[in-house]
Amino acid sequence: MTLPLYGTASQSVGFSSDRARSVVRLRSIESGAERHVADFALAKAPHEVRRAIEADWSSILVVSEGAIDLPSSFQGRLVVVPPKYGYLADGDVIGFDHASRKFRTLYRRNSAHNSFLVTERCNNYCLMCSQPPKDVDDRWILSEIKESLPLIDRATGALTFTGGETLSDWQDFIAVLKECRDRLPATAIQVLTNGRAFVDSQIVDAWKDIGHPNLMAAIPVYASVDHVHDHVVQAKGAFDETILGILKLKDRGQRVEIRVVLHALTAPIIEDTGRWLARNLPFVDHVALMGLENTGFAIANDATLWMDPVDYGDGLARAVDHLSAAGVNVSVYNLPKCVLPKSVWPHALQSISDWKNGFVEECDRCDAKNTCSGFFTTGRPRFSRGVRAVTFDREELSRLVN
Amino acid sequence: MARFLPPESFSAATEDLSLLPFNFERTGANRYLVANMVGDFIRLTEDELHRLVGLQVRPGDGLYEKAYAAHLVTGASQKAQRQLLAARLRSRMSFLQQVTPLHIFVVTLRCEHSCPYCQVSRQSTDRSRFDMSEETAMRALDIAFASPAARIKIEFQGGEPLLNFPLIRTIVAAAKARSGKKLEFVIASNLALLDDTVLEFCKANNVLLSTSLDGPADLHNKNRPRPGGNSHELAVAGIRRAREILGPDAVGALMTTTEASLDRVDDIIDEYLKLGLDGIFLRPLSPFGFAIKTKQFAKYDARKWLAFYERGLRRVLEINRKGTPFREFYAALLLTRMLSDRPIGYVDLRSPAGAGLGALVYNYDGSVFASDEGRMLAETGDDAFRLGHVEHDSYNSLILSDKLIGAISSSLTQCAPECSTCVYESHCGADPVYHHATQGDALGIKPLSAFCARQKGIMGLLLDILENSPEDAAILRRWGAA
Repeated sequence: MTLPLYGTASQSVGFSSDRARSVVRLRSIESGAERHVADFALAKAPHEVRRAIEADWSSILVVSEGAIDLPSSFQGRLVVVPPKYGYLADGDVIGFDHASRKFRTLYRRNSAHNSFLVTERCNNYCLMCSQPPKDVDDRWILSEIKESLPLIDRATGALTFTGGETLSDWQDFIAVLKECRDRLPATAIQVLTNGRAFVDSQIVDAWKDIGHPNLMAAIPVYASVDHVHDHVVQAKGAFDETILGILKLKDRGQRVEIRVVLHALTAPIIEDTGRWLARNLPFVDHVALMGLENTGFAIANDATLWMDPVDYGDGLARAVDHLSAAGVNVSVYNLPKCVLPKSVWPHALQSISDWKNGFVEECDRCDAKNTCSGFFTTGRPRFSRGVRAVTFDREELSRLVN
Repeated sequence: MARFLPPESFSAATEDLSLLPFNFERTGANRYLVANMVGDFIRLTEDELHRLVGLQVRPGDGLYEKAYAAHLVTGASQKAQRQLLAARLRSRMSFLQQVTPLHIFVVTLRCEHSCPYCQVSRQSTDRSRFDMSEETAMRALDIAFASPAARIKIEFQGGEPLLNFPLIRTIVAAAKARSGKKLEFVIASNLALLDDTVLEFCKANNVLLSTSLDGPADLHNKNRPRPGGNSHELAVAGIRRAREILGPDAVGALMTTTEASLDRVDDIIDEYLKLGLDGIFLRPLSPFGFAIKTKQFAKYDARKWLAFYERGLRRVLEINRKGTPFREFYAALLLTRMLSDRPIGYVDLRSPAGAGLGALVYNYDGSVFASDEGRMLAETGDDAFRLGHVEHDSYNSLILSDKLIGAISSSLTQCAPECSTCVYESHCGADPVYHHATQGDALGIKPLSAFCARQKGIMGLLLDILENSPEDAAILRRWGAA
């Protein structure tokens, strides 16, 4: 199933008009934690509102079908969201637009898959982009992220920044990463970027100066040949800049992950790409070979991009072999075990974010379900003809148990 | 939504293309082996090679993609491939950052063996004449510690170094008392004199042992005579004992190939396997004995040796296929160079040559040589690689001596005739001592060089297996990765 991360509040009270947006952190009514000005009591049902008021909360978010009648004495702020946002929990953070009452779930404390969208602008225009770029002034998003960071649990294991191109406003974004260094030093920070900005030594030096102990730039490389990569990202010269950017990052000792999204333009040559990466960039920290998320531009370009994973499994296995043999840490993302050759299984991870991860009926009979990536639930999911329940024999079962 | 552009919109025009440096060799009718600047290989047909050289390649024609991925062609205004090649070349050559990591101390020339292939040992009991003095050893240690390498290996050689064991003790203690370098110690011994005192000393000081094992008893004892004719028995017992006391990785064995070995490779390998060793180094016939005297360094010998090597390598692969991990170390070394950019400073397989830059040899009498083979040459009256003497030379005066600079600069494979254009250049090395010994010239005429014939032969064989025998290729790739 897909968690709705965007929505519109049915009712809001008490938000000033001096500012357009607020960042809101939810707290359970009983929470004894020190209250921040951004903290809202989370009333999971209308009847809990009174309890919240009694507990001296002046800011309340209610999950409710209908409108809330407030006591006239209530002078605080109130937001009412529909029941489908009932997943919201203590410690979660949302961004709320006062005028439109639109909100976005920015952070869920209990999720291992938190990501912040940094901007929708991008200098690539990838054929399969799941987040199609828009050329709009959205610099307010970075301000919202800055406001959110102090509200995030310091025990958060991992945080991803995504886009658009995250380095579109590189100075402001690097300031955000410095905030992460100071506030979330124990959190693994992953930044999705096309890496082209790192051609500029000023930017790559600024990146190095962030000094977060666990910062990774995740950069896509789609081929070993310039025009193939450039076509996929719809930007001439991108391959040259991306590879140079990776080299400059590694030259400065920065951590880099390479991402290859697999579709009809990249999957048939994945063995070549894997061999090329193993030979030329064996010093990167991780390579992720990723199944396609059929959403955004991927739907528009379906005829160009769709390739059944069972038709590229052998090449994928050889790519994994080349990379492993060169000592490169390699993973396969987003592809269910049943469509992959067994040699790839140890590399296949449960990579799909919890809020958009699902299984099909066939999976109920499958022995591998517990360790399987499953499927994306977003966009218009396409299923391989290879999808089938996997049955382990006794030997495999006992190996799993042990 | 903006319109998406077709693939053609991202193709470079021919005038924007530029060739990158590469070497090639004709390997058959219409077949060429091509290597880029860092030794990645691809195969091209003659027509493909012509089209590439003429830049008659177009994105989408298949050849462009092949050549681009192999860094043979690039965009004239692009930088990434040039930077990748630069980074990779820098990595491959970074062994140069560790200057003179190996220091060989010939603590005595005396030996109780009388191997015919050895040019340097003496059967004498005259200690004063053939043992290194403590004073010489300390001067040599001064020089070793003046070398720039942060980690140095001190190797004790002879003769039979255990005949001067007290000096080994003194040198190890003195080296350890000095600060500033990480130290490794190796004693190259026939193990005939190995006893508990020596083993305890090795254990206490992390000293490794390196020994000779030429094969089964009859072959070994024929190659390595000693009074009692029991060299093999003592070596095997020594290896077993050393592995037991010091650990399985603390003793290595090396074989020397002689004429008598050439049709015995399976027996030789089985002997190593039987002893539980994890691999074998199939070494070429040394030119510093028999071959020098008779000037028999022609290709005929190389071909015979290559047949021996190929048979041995195939036997080793068969052992692996049957489930026992066992390596041929020379192939492993070459494969690491062919399949990765890890810096390999192996003394005989590098350019600039390893003479002096990779190792210095301090002879028992205080003379300093650029290599062990250089010392052997001096024993036959040729001082070409005698760089100086511990009495009146310093590390700098030895390394900057005209002899060494001359030998190294005149033998660089990167600019030598036949080498600079050789398809295997990236993975090969300069061997000025060998070529001086066999041809009287540090550079040498490569078509006449058995070294060259062996190198090309082995690398050709490895490429053939990598490309055509998947199961063996997987084994070879593991060797190259480790």
